[in-house]
Amino acid sequence: MPSITFIHHDDHAETVSANDGDSAMYTALLHGIDGITGECGGGAVCATCHVYVDDSWLGKVGTVGADEDELLEGVASERLPNSRLSCQIKITEALDGLVLRLPERQV
Amino acid sequence: MDFFADPHPTHEVLREAGPVVYLDKWSVYAVARYAEVHAVLNDPATFCSSRGVGLSDFAREKPWRPQSLILEADPPAHTRTRAVLNKVLSPAVMKQLRDGFAAAADAKVDELLERRSFDAVADLAEAYPLSVFPDAMGLQKEGRENLLPYAGLVFNAFGPPNQLRQDAIERSAPHQAYVAAQCQRDNLAPGGFGACIHARVDTGDITADEAPLLVRSLLSAGLDTTVNGIGAAVYCLARYPQEFARLRSDLSLARNAFEEAVRYESPVQTFFRTTTRDVEISGCRVGEGEKVLMFLAAANRDPRRWADPERYDITRKTSGHVGFGSGIHMCVGQLVARLEGEVMLSALARKVAAIEITGEVKRRYNNTLRGLESLPVTFTPA
Repeated sequence: MPSITFIHHDDHAETVSANDGDSAMYTALLHGIDGITGECGGGAVCATCHVYVDDSWLGKVGTVGADEDELLEGVASERLPNSRLSCQIKITEALDGLVLRLPERQV
Repeated sequence: MDFFADPHPTHEVLREAGPVVYLDKWSVYAVARYAEVHAVLNDPATFCSSRGVGLSDFAREKPWRPQSLILEADPPAHTRTRAVLNKVLSPAVMKQLRDGFAAAADAKVDELLERRSFDAVADLAEAYPLSVFPDAMGLQKEGRENLLPYAGLVFNAFGPPNQLRQDAIERSAPHQAYVAAQCQRDNLAPGGFGACIHARVDTGDITADEAPLLVRSLLSAGLDTTVNGIGAAVYCLARYPQEFARLRSDLSLARNAFEEAVRYESPVQTFFRTTTRDVEISGCRVGEGEKVLMFLAAANRDPRRWADPERYDITRKTSGHVGFGSGIHMCVGQLVARLEGEVMLSALARKVAAIEITGEVKRRYNNTLRGLESLPVTFTPA
């Protein structure tokens, strides 16, 4: 099972294992990671599962879709070049060890 | 009416009877456990919406009004109209609305504190959304009193052909005429949700015939549901003063306190789907063309999914509740609802020390919506 490390805004880190094919958001909710809200349940409408992808993983998580790009304009914390919606990051073995940083707030 | 007064014992019977139950009276299958409700909501290819999300099957009966292009539609038709409404009600749009909505909530609570004692349904749960939503839609000032009766009609019409449904439809002509007129482009103020929907005709995303029906969807679903959501939250905070105290000590809980009220009271109690093929739900075979009734409220209190489900707990991890539905048809106005709920609860927590129920609490009966007719309260200023 691929592992994902979530680094909270206060720098404490939590590493959890993910099911192949689940989204990073769903994995976070499943493990009760505070800092990922995911209000809309993964429908890509709410922008409350915002994450900053660690630079070393940016090339591997795929590109930002058109709808995701618009939603990122509405995130509560600053949008940065490595901003993604974690509901749009699908976990595969190739992402084993993925590091995602959590923004200060989601709403 | 006993069921509407307190549906929870019946919900428990339905949940414990099995993963799928058959209701002889209306010849429908029903699911009331969280797992099955969630599964049905998330399989739109098998459980379709285009044959109606009420008891009536549009393949056999003519709908009482032209079919909704979003609620009563399946992919790929649904995908296109949903994308349009998602953009009109996006997080970026909510950011622009937030300050105005928050200021209106503060003003409403200040006004109610002057009065001290009032009806929290008419004067708060209805008055607050009515003070922000019709303006955000871009509606004209005249005729807004038709909005709540129209929504009440829509949600009654999802139910069986009982007295509630018949009465609502019989009285509906003026409300339907008002709503049909407000959906037209010329009647909608620039910058509002309605005008934004019509602007999508110019970009080619929808046709000129489709735009009024999409505006109608927001008029049907955008007000009565939030009224009941905010009413539910105030009723919860009045009944559970310890939770109100926790909210007052940590204002960042306002949004979750609203979310938990939506789980706990489930303002939208039920929806139907229709099977597109023979299917097995948790070992139970259901044929093609059958109505499946989902008890959202029962799922939201299923002890298989929620620890201590009968407890209103504003710090609960509420994600996954089906009070706004789930999957592709999940409430398109959820962000507006949450914004209204959050800023109202935040205003209450900052300005009000105690909410006391000071009279008889009366239920309002509707085939789909659960809420109150009257909630007499007294506010103590903070």
